[in-house]
Amino acid sequence: MQTRTNEEWLSDLRGNNQNLAIEDLGRVLKRGLIYALSSRIQTDLETQVDDFVQDAILRILDKMDTFRGESKFTTWAQKVAVRVAFTEMRRQRWKDISIEDLMPEDSGDFTPMVLSDPSPNPEKRANQTLMLEMVDEMLKTDLTERQRTALMAVMHGGMPLEEVARRMDTNRNALYKLLHDARKQMRNRLIEKGLTPQEVLEVFESG
Amino acid sequence: MKLSSETIRKMMNSVKSTREQELSCGHCYDELDIFIELKLSGKNADEAMPLVKEHLDRCAACREEYEFLLLALEAMIQ
Repeated sequence: MQTRTNEEWLSDLRGNNQNLAIEDLGRVLKRGLIYALSSRIQTDLETQVDDFVQDAILRILDKMDTFRGESKFTTWAQKVAVRVAFTEMRRQRWKDISIEDLMPEDSGDFTPMVLSDPSPNPEKRANQTLMLEMVDEMLKTDLTERQRTALMAVMHGGMPLEEVARRMDTNRNALYKLLHDARKQMRNRLIEKGLTPQEVLEVFESG
Repeated sequence: MKLSSETIRKMMNSVKSTREQELSCGHCYDELDIFIELKLSGKNADEAMPLVKEHLDRCAACREEYEFLLLALEAMIQ
């Protein structure tokens, strides 16, 4: 396979050498994805990677104008391919799970607080209960329903942002901002109460 | 609602690392190829691009993609 500069990649992919350039790029992306995903995908690795590469090349041809030339073209293209692969793998992994499935028990009712891992030390346990009540109150009164749902899906349910975003009819960037605002809100509320997140964390340290 | 201690810990850790200005996932993605090439060339990417570093520390989805991109690029170099 010929070595290309960034300019050569761009002109070949746009010009008369497009078929050959696509073939070469496909080989580069496939090699990278096979190596990176071999620990993640147990069956039909090659078939799945071929699909990712095909989708990635379409995306790359579509987005080529946004390449700023600040890195190697192949680094940028591999970044696009990894994003395509993870978007699809996450979609598959989470396809049968709704946001409601991820809410803690008694979802919707933010009042009863139960510690899942009771501390043997009564004083510590009492402090934990107080802190839990405070956090519960913060979630209930300082966050919007949407912030609360997103926060619990991500923090409690472990769902990736883009999957939460899809279910909440938004996008990954907007969801990040929603959660950033929620974190700032919680931080400010703690400050008002004369607490730092570290102090709350210390109450929940194990042991 | 039953909040586990683990959820509270995750929440507080994320509140603790909250900055007034943070990169969004999209901005982090835009810069990721540059950040990763600095890493691969042995330069101090964390110092050169601290906002990207902070985002990767904070955002599990972006961090996962970064780690796998690093692996994929290693295969390309070999």
